[in-house]
Amino acid sequence: MILTAIFAIGLYLAVLVLVVGTAFRLVHYARIPVPLVIPTTPAPVTRIGVVARLLREVVFFESLFKGSKWTWLFGWIFHFAMLVVLLEHLRYVSEPVWGWIVAIQWIGLYAGIAMCLGLVGLAVRRVVVDRIRYISAPSDHLMLLLLIGIGASGVGMKVFWHTDIVALKAFVIGLIRFDWQPLPGDPVLLVHLSLVIFLMLIFPFSKLLHAPAVFFSPTLNMVDTPREHRHVSGWGETRTSHRKVVSQEPKPRG
Amino acid sequence: MVKQEFPVPVITEHLQVPRVQPDAMAETKPFVAKAEFQEALGFPGELVDNWQSVALDKMSELLGKYRALPVFLDACVKCGACTDKCHYYLGTGDPKNMPVARQDLMRNVYRRYFTFAGRYFPKLVGAQDLTESVLEDWYRYYHQCSECRRCSVYCPFGIDTAEITMAGREILASVGLGQKYANEILGKVHKIGNNLGLPEPALADTLTGLEEEVEEDIGVKVRFPLDEAGADVLLVTPSADFFAEPHVDGLIGYAKVFHQAGIRWTLSSYASEAANFGIFIGNYDQMQKVAERIRQAALDLGVRRIVIGECGHAWRVAYSYWNTLIGPFDFLDTDYPAPQHMCELTYDLIQRGALTLDPAANDKKIVTFHDSCNVSRGSRMGSTPGGQFTLPRGIIQAVCNHFVDMAPETTHEQTFCCGGGGGLLTDDLLELRVKGALPRVTALKQVVDNHGVTHMAAICAICKSQFSRVLPIYGFDMDMIVSVHQLVGDALVFDSAH
Repeated sequence: MILTAIFAIGLYLAVLVLVVGTAFRLVHYARIPVPLVIPTTPAPVTRIGVVARLLREVVFFESLFKGSKWTWLFGWIFHFAMLVVLLEHLRYVSEPVWGWIVAIQWIGLYAGIAMCLGLVGLAVRRVVVDRIRYISAPSDHLMLLLLIGIGASGVGMKVFWHTDIVALKAFVIGLIRFDWQPLPGDPVLLVHLSLVIFLMLIFPFSKLLHAPAVFFSPTLNMVDTPREHRHVSGWGETRTSHRKVVSQEPKPRG
Repeated sequence: MVKQEFPVPVITEHLQVPRVQPDAMAETKPFVAKAEFQEALGFPGELVDNWQSVALDKMSELLGKYRALPVFLDACVKCGACTDKCHYYLGTGDPKNMPVARQDLMRNVYRRYFTFAGRYFPKLVGAQDLTESVLEDWYRYYHQCSECRRCSVYCPFGIDTAEITMAGREILASVGLGQKYANEILGKVHKIGNNLGLPEPALADTLTGLEEEVEEDIGVKVRFPLDEAGADVLLVTPSADFFAEPHVDGLIGYAKVFHQAGIRWTLSSYASEAANFGIFIGNYDQMQKVAERIRQAALDLGVRRIVIGECGHAWRVAYSYWNTLIGPFDFLDTDYPAPQHMCELTYDLIQRGALTLDPAANDKKIVTFHDSCNVSRGSRMGSTPGGQFTLPRGIIQAVCNHFVDMAPETTHEQTFCCGGGGGLLTDDLLELRVKGALPRVTALKQVVDNHGVTHMAAICAICKSQFSRVLPIYGFDMDMIVSVHQLVGDALVFDSAH
């Protein structure tokens, strides 16, 4: 029971920190002005074009593809395998399990393996390429190890050390309904959950923030229409408000 | 080949990514601005005693004023995609010239003082105290970045090192460590109206001389009007166009275009400079103040259009920032975008068949085009994205029969900086400029060897000055670099009846 309580409280806390911490950070970004128009050009000239640009970035990693094919390959495999794995995990929170989640269950194992392989590729690159080794802090290596630990323990449970997933699901549903149920005590599961809790806790305070932050990047999210629309934002506006008066003067003509 | 005190890189057939050579450029830094030039811009004259707290206060202020700064400092995952993209890294091998490492000089300090992880676990996340040696690194390496934005093209989060460099220079200036070259130039613009400190009588003389020269050359009286109220167009061009080679041939080109199109135009002695070094030092106030002169000149002269000559960062400031800084431009003719690039004007005239051109006049030249960084990655021409690439090429192809593009990974938005942009076009940084030009001259050598290219056209005064200086060091002819509007001017056919 103590074990159940520790992990229940840990997961509540982790979700709270993840959601509130990240929201805090994003609201903070949103409140800071963007005084000048700085999209990296050529840039879209319409809002829809900007949405498409951001979609290409987050779905295909378009710029990274231009930048480094190996990093793109490992990075893309890791992120999209992780997405599939996350979707597959929805079976623990949906009751009854949604049909499309049932339909993707068979990919789960392969996605988990792909995720680990992508991460190992990134980790090897971080050590082998002298330029990337130079820019890596201990936390950059550890972050990859953390994710590899999560992926490997997950795959391990699928293949070798099966856990009682019916009881696990009861535990998760119990958390959602505030009606705690016992957590299976398998060591690999506890390692898996502990690492996930840790990942969620550090999310708002680390480079993991890159996931939501990309949408706030002015070089990617601004429309390239500075001549057509006068851009004013925050303190830039107060500094240039006298313009309105100047522009009302009679138009000088020679 | 000119003798140099430092080894000139060898051009290889294909550009090599160098191995990391720590501190390879640690000895290179520009002169610090003298007190009188610092103070004239409102900065402290020399390094203040409490520089650490002043710097951190400034950093805190900037983090609250520019959203890009905290987003860029937080979002980097150290993927390394940018590490082999900077011309200064490619030319020097100094790891602090890798864009992410240049950002890290500030990011590590940001983490130490402004983030939870850096405050409590500095070693783990690479956070660093703002020590004197860090400040020295800032001064060195924020003056080894030409703010060209090439790295931002490859970053999955669009992180633009130029924004970090600008913030870095802004903080440095605020503690008393401004850069001599940029700050002296800003002083001249405020005092006299242009970067060169060329006063009105000298400018008038120069323009009269050009009128005579052109008339002698082609037998047509092409005017170079100055301060003519009631002209349709105010042309604002980098002051190097008034006398430097090959810039001045570009100015002659503009004048010929205006002449043949029958457009009444004028230059202004009050706003005789398109360049705006305010962007280079990252200072909004300076940038606005410099731009203000142009709005004032346009109002005083009563013009209907403002056109910008060939200058890279000037066009970025004019195109992207002017409307914010000195707009709205509701006193101008609404039929024309404000401001307009000279290439937009010329391209439009060519499309309408308003110019008589004989491209055979340039038949002895095989021309390539150097995309300037600020034009390519910080602005646009025409109405569609990428017009900044198609318009200049369209003009060149209309006035030259032989045009060859350089390798695609070195043109358009992937273009390499000339090596002298961003306020680094000064002789105290010559070694950096030469090494930074390596990626561009490597691509140039390919088209010279394979296609017999004889000339490289550009639309930026800094590029032209930089190439005139470094091309001979690499064994090329100094006259290889030309203005796009020189090519136009040479191809224009004038009716002998004029």
